[in-house]
Amino acid sequence: MITTQNRPLDTGHLEPEAPIKIDVKGLDFFYGRDQALHGVNLAIPALAVTAIIGPSGCGKSTLLRTLNRIYALYPEQRAAGEIAIDGANILARGTDLADLRRRVGMVFQKPTPFASSIRANIGFALSFYEKLSRSELADRIEDALRQAALWDEVKDKLDQSALSLSGGQQQRLCIARTIAVRPEIVLFDEPTSALDPISTARIEELLQELRGRYTIVIVTHNMQQAARVSDKTAFFHLGELVEFDQTSRIFTSPAVARTQDYITGRYG
Amino acid sequence: MTSTPHTLKAFDEEQNALRALIRRMGEHAQRALDDALRCLLEHDAEGAARIVARDHQLDDMEAQAETHVVQIIARRAPMADDLRDLIAAHKIAGTVERIGDYAKNIAKRVPMLEPVGEAASPSPLPVSLLPEMGRVAGAQVHDALEAFITRDATLAAQVCASDRVVDDYYTAMLRSLLTCMMEAPQNIAPATHLLFVARNIERIGDHATNLAEMVYFAATGQRLGERVRGEDGVRL
Repeated sequence: MITTQNRPLDTGHLEPEAPIKIDVKGLDFFYGRDQALHGVNLAIPALAVTAIIGPSGCGKSTLLRTLNRIYALYPEQRAAGEIAIDGANILARGTDLADLRRRVGMVFQKPTPFASSIRANIGFALSFYEKLSRSELADRIEDALRQAALWDEVKDKLDQSALSLSGGQQQRLCIARTIAVRPEIVLFDEPTSALDPISTARIEELLQELRGRYTIVIVTHNMQQAARVSDKTAFFHLGELVEFDQTSRIFTSPAVARTQDYITGRYG
Repeated sequence: MTSTPHTLKAFDEEQNALRALIRRMGEHAQRALDDALRCLLEHDAEGAARIVARDHQLDDMEAQAETHVVQIIARRAPMADDLRDLIAAHKIAGTVERIGDYAKNIAKRVPMLEPVGEAASPSPLPVSLLPEMGRVAGAQVHDALEAFITRDATLAAQVCASDRVVDDYYTAMLRSLLTCMMEAPQNIAPATHLLFVARNIERIGDHATNLAEMVYFAATGQRLGERVRGEDGVRL
C-alpha cells in the first residue's frame, strides 16, 4: 500500500535506511600544524548523491581529499581517525593507494584533460589499471563516453585533441575518464564552477544518471546545485560537520541555526 | 528565529516591504470588520456602503503581495525559513483578502436589517454577543499577523489554542436565534440575517487559526499539532 502521510518531499529515491558506503569516524586532518578537520563523523550512503556545502575554508574539499587519500602526495599533510569504505579503514597502513584511487575516482573543479586525443585520454586510464585487448579497449572507451553523455558529440573525432573540446565537454571527458576504470565512488570537487549554465545543467543531468550506479560525493559552492542534485547534504563550518540530513530537509527546514544562516545568505 | 540580516541588504528590504504590506492588509481587514459590526448595530447603511466600496483596496494589495512574492522567489532563490516565510506570505495575503470579503458580506446585510431594537419583535434579537464575538475574531486575526511580522511561533500557537472561543460564541448565537425564530415567525428574516453575520465572524475566526498555523510552520518548519477545536457539530 502506498502511504504518503507526513513524508517530507524528497529529491531522490534514497531509502531512509540506505546502506553506508563510506563511514567517516572521528576524522581529524592537519596541514602541518593547522588542523582543518575536527572529529568529523559522517556516514555516506551507497549509490546516492551526497553534497558537501559550507563557506570557503570550512574543510569540505579537505574532506573530499581524504576519501581517496590524494593528500598523501604532500608529506606535511596527515589524517587521523577512521574512514571505512565497505568496512575497511583506508587510513590504515598498507592500503593499496593505486587500487584505492581506482575505486574512488575524482573530478576536479577545472577540466584536466591530458594534451592528447580524446581516445587516449580514456585509454590511458584504462591501460594504467587493466590489460585489455584492442577491441575490449574500444568497447570500454565507448561505454565510458556514453555514460558521460559525450559519445554522440565525439564519436566521429576520437583522435582529435581533447583540448579542442569545449570546457563543458572537457569536464564530461574527465568524468568519462574517471568512470572508465569502473570506480565504486566518484568524488566531484566543484565540478561546474568553471562552466556556463548549459554545460552545468548537462553535468547535473549526468549526475542524476550516474546516481544509482556509483556512490557520489560532490563539493559545491552553489547551494541551488546541492539542492537540485543531492539526496543528502552535509554542512561544514570551521572544520566541523554542523549538520547532515536529507537534502529536502536541509534546504527547507534545517535543524541548526548556523546551517540556516549559511543557506539563506546570512552568513558572516 | 534567525534575526541575522542577509548579506544582501536588498533581500531584507524586500522581505520587510512584504511584511509591511501584509500588516496593512490585516489592518484594512480588521477595520472593515469593526466598521461593519458598528454599522450593523447603529444601522448605518451609508457607512456599510463605504465598507463595500473600499474592499477592492484589499484585492489590490493581495495582487501586489503576490507579485512581490513571485519577484523575490525568482530573484533571490530563497531557502529554508526565507522560503517558508514567502510561501506563508502568499497564502496569508489570500486568506486576509478572504477575511475582508467576510467583513464586506456583513456590511452588505446592514441595509436588509430593520434598525435593531425598533423591530416589531415580541422578544429582542440577541445582537449583544456580536460585537464581542467580532472583537475576539478581529483580535485573533491581529495576533496571527503580528506573529507573522515578528516571527513569533509562541503567539501563533496561542492564537490556534483560542480557536474555540469564537466557535462557542457562534454556538450560543445559533441557539438564541433559533429560539427567537421558534417564538415568533416574524423574527425569521432578521434572525436569519444575523445568523449569517455570526457565521461570517465564525469563519473569520477559523481563517485566523489557519493564518496562525501558516505562521507557526513558517517560523519553525514544524506543523502545529491537531488543534483543539470548538464544538463543530452543534447540538440543539
